[in-house]
Amino acid sequence: MSTSLSKIEKRTAYILLLPAVCLVFAIILFPIFANVWISFKEVELKDIRIPEPRAKKIVKNKQDNNSELKIIYKLRNSSLIQDIKEVKFSDKFPKNIKPINLDKRCEFKSQKIKCIFGNWEAGYRENFEIIIKETNNNDINIQKIKANKPDLNGKSDNILLTTDFTLKNFKNVFLNNNFSELLMTTFYFTFFGTLGAIILGIFAAQLVNQKFYGRSFIRSILLFPYVGPVVALAYTWTLLLDPNSGTINSLLINYGIIEKPINLLGQKYLIINMLGIEFKLRLALTTVIFFEIWRYFPLAFLFILARLQGIPKDLYEAADVDGAGPFRKFFYITLPQITAILSILFMIRFIWNFNKFEDIFLLTGGASGTLTLPISVYQQGFAISNIGMGSAVSIVIVLLLITFMIIYFKLIGKKANEI
Amino acid sequence: MKFKSLIITLFASSIFLATIICIWKIMATLQGLNFTSLNFNLNLLLSLGLTLICIFIGNKFNHLLKILILSLLFTILYTFFTENSPLWFSFGIFLLTLFFTNKLKNYNFKYLIQDFTSEKIVFEFLSLFAIVFFALVILFPFYIMFVTSFKTQTALLINPLDLSIGISKNIFEIFKSYFVIFKTYDFGRYILTSSYVSIGTVLITLLFAIPAAYAVARLNFFGKTFLSTSILIIYMFPAIVLVIPLYTVFSQLGLRNSIGGLLIVYTATTLPVAIYMLQGYFRSIPKEIEEAGLIDGQDWFGIIIKIIIPLSLPAIASVSLYVFMIAWNEFLFSLMFLDNPKTFTLSRAINHLTGDAETPRQYLMAGSVIVTLPILLIFVYFEKYLVSGLTAGSVKG
Repeated sequence: MSTSLSKIEKRTAYILLLPAVCLVFAIILFPIFANVWISFKEVELKDIRIPEPRAKKIVKNKQDNNSELKIIYKLRNSSLIQDIKEVKFSDKFPKNIKPINLDKRCEFKSQKIKCIFGNWEAGYRENFEIIIKETNNNDINIQKIKANKPDLNGKSDNILLTTDFTLKNFKNVFLNNNFSELLMTTFYFTFFGTLGAIILGIFAAQLVNQKFYGRSFIRSILLFPYVGPVVALAYTWTLLLDPNSGTINSLLINYGIIEKPINLLGQKYLIINMLGIEFKLRLALTTVIFFEIWRYFPLAFLFILARLQGIPKDLYEAADVDGAGPFRKFFYITLPQITAILSILFMIRFIWNFNKFEDIFLLTGGASGTLTLPISVYQQGFAISNIGMGSAVSIVIVLLLITFMIIYFKLIGKKANEI
Repeated sequence: MKFKSLIITLFASSIFLATIICIWKIMATLQGLNFTSLNFNLNLLLSLGLTLICIFIGNKFNHLLKILILSLLFTILYTFFTENSPLWFSFGIFLLTLFFTNKLKNYNFKYLIQDFTSEKIVFEFLSLFAIVFFALVILFPFYIMFVTSFKTQTALLINPLDLSIGISKNIFEIFKSYFVIFKTYDFGRYILTSSYVSIGTVLITLLFAIPAAYAVARLNFFGKTFLSTSILIIYMFPAIVLVIPLYTVFSQLGLRNSIGGLLIVYTATTLPVAIYMLQGYFRSIPKEIEEAGLIDGQDWFGIIIKIIIPLSLPAIASVSLYVFMIAWNEFLFSLMFLDNPKTFTLSRAINHLTGDAETPRQYLMAGSVIVTLPILLIFVYFEKYLVSGLTAGSVKG
């Protein structure tokens, strides 16, 4: 009895899980593996389209004779780079209609013309003509003839399914002079973005954890930057920072703080002269990092606030008795209580910021020194339209990601479940 | 001790007042007022005086009368020193000082003598300052977005600092950008598409996630622990590594430029987190209720429909809102998969607008307001549910 029940339970579980697992497998896991396949191939964007045999049907009246019609099929191979093999053609005709001058490649059977055209090379074109006749010498209804569309099919090599592989993509990725710079930019962006968001999150959480008038209002608006759509927010920032008539630059000029407008998103370096030493600041990258911090500190805030509210109140009461001020309470009670959650948060946010695409793409498009790995995937795959290269960069991302995850689970995976 | 607290109070409070007055001045500049210097030093000096008088008077005088007179005095002095300021600007200064002097209510000599007060005072003003800082930093871009959508391109080029909305103009003039983007740029269609896609994603995700989450939470089967850990790992993989294979496969299957294709991808990317959130909640439902249902002759399907779903409505609500938000805001896949304007979602449409450098910025901002407003309203209205969803899903973002 019990075995049959557990069998039913197992079966039910698999039935309930099947749709979700299939979908996730098809859309998430399959592409990750497909990346490996594509990255070893030389594929460009234009190669993806499968070549198709196409036919355009043109019906022409014969001047003297209404019982005869001339039909021209304009045949072509849709692809200019790939051949199609074994092209087959068929078209249907109404009753009592017969073709007169049938091509050798074709035959007429049960009101259908069937042709075997063989191989079409890339860019193939042909005008294929037939003349049809109504057997009883009646007029032919042209509309009826036009309504039938010809059917074509053929076989072609799908470049994605062939088995010629190359290491060229990976060679290009790793031996490129910019690869180390690409990694460094990604690292700067990820590290400082994460760190800044967490620091700002601590401040915000500490603030909201106090009692003051308008606290719930502040708590809701703190989440606005994350809840709002990236597209809208990124374009608003571009407008704010615009060098020509952006609000920030106009304000700074108006109050005489700067003389010339600064292109915060379009200038790679800003040279700062401090105590006689020149610093080179990655200006556009810094701006993008600030946007990143602004947009994602709400998540850190939520996480930290949840932890802060779980700290027992008597700890603070004891500190009050001992006469500790608010700063001491923060450094000696609050901070030690949240270090565990901060390390988890840092790892998780690090992984996510590492993958950020939209923010940089919308703000700078990867120009002026803000090219990170995810942006590079897009640039290689769609701007330069070299799909293989894009996939190779994706593979680099996945490998780094797996490394981060292993570190994460080794270091704090067990702790994460306790908290 | 006494002097230390006094001096710290004086400086902390007057720096605070001077700063918020400067912020008010900057905001006034954005209304078209012609200020060219912030006069921070003057502000500081006046504020110092105000704080000093306030503390010296202490409780010897009626509080309400005291703050009214002092604020009025301060405002008159400040207006005297500032070039051409209109009445509403001075009134703002008056309200700010009123608020400030009211805050100083507790700070009399008696209070300043106590131990550890100086630290407390600094902390209090830092908190006040933090409130102003966060509110300003967060709301300022939203404010600019909103206000710019009511301006015209020429007005913005002539004076980029004048963001005032002319109330004297007729309504059609003010809302012109909105009329234009609905008429010329067809935003009505995009709103509909975005709504279909988001609501569709929510429904399909729930349809797939509820049974799966139930199985993970309650049933015993081979590979359960493996599955529940892999859910989170899968969730960590970003959209950008999926894009190229999905793009190639979708173009070959003809799923690009179709809402169906978009729905499949959105559902798959939100499923792991939905399952993760729901199974956590399902575990908290007492098992006895289900067992009672089993005895009554319900099968698994009946248990899910009649017991689990009604009991976990709050969790389902927060998952739905979270998924809705992700689908509504999603950009990368809509950029990749949609290039026919007839199938655009709102985010993709706004991105398309910027493709043309000639598009006036107020149209862009009007579009941004249209895509931002619904999600912010939903957030404010359902904050409780969305926040719990966000906290659970905040590993992602």
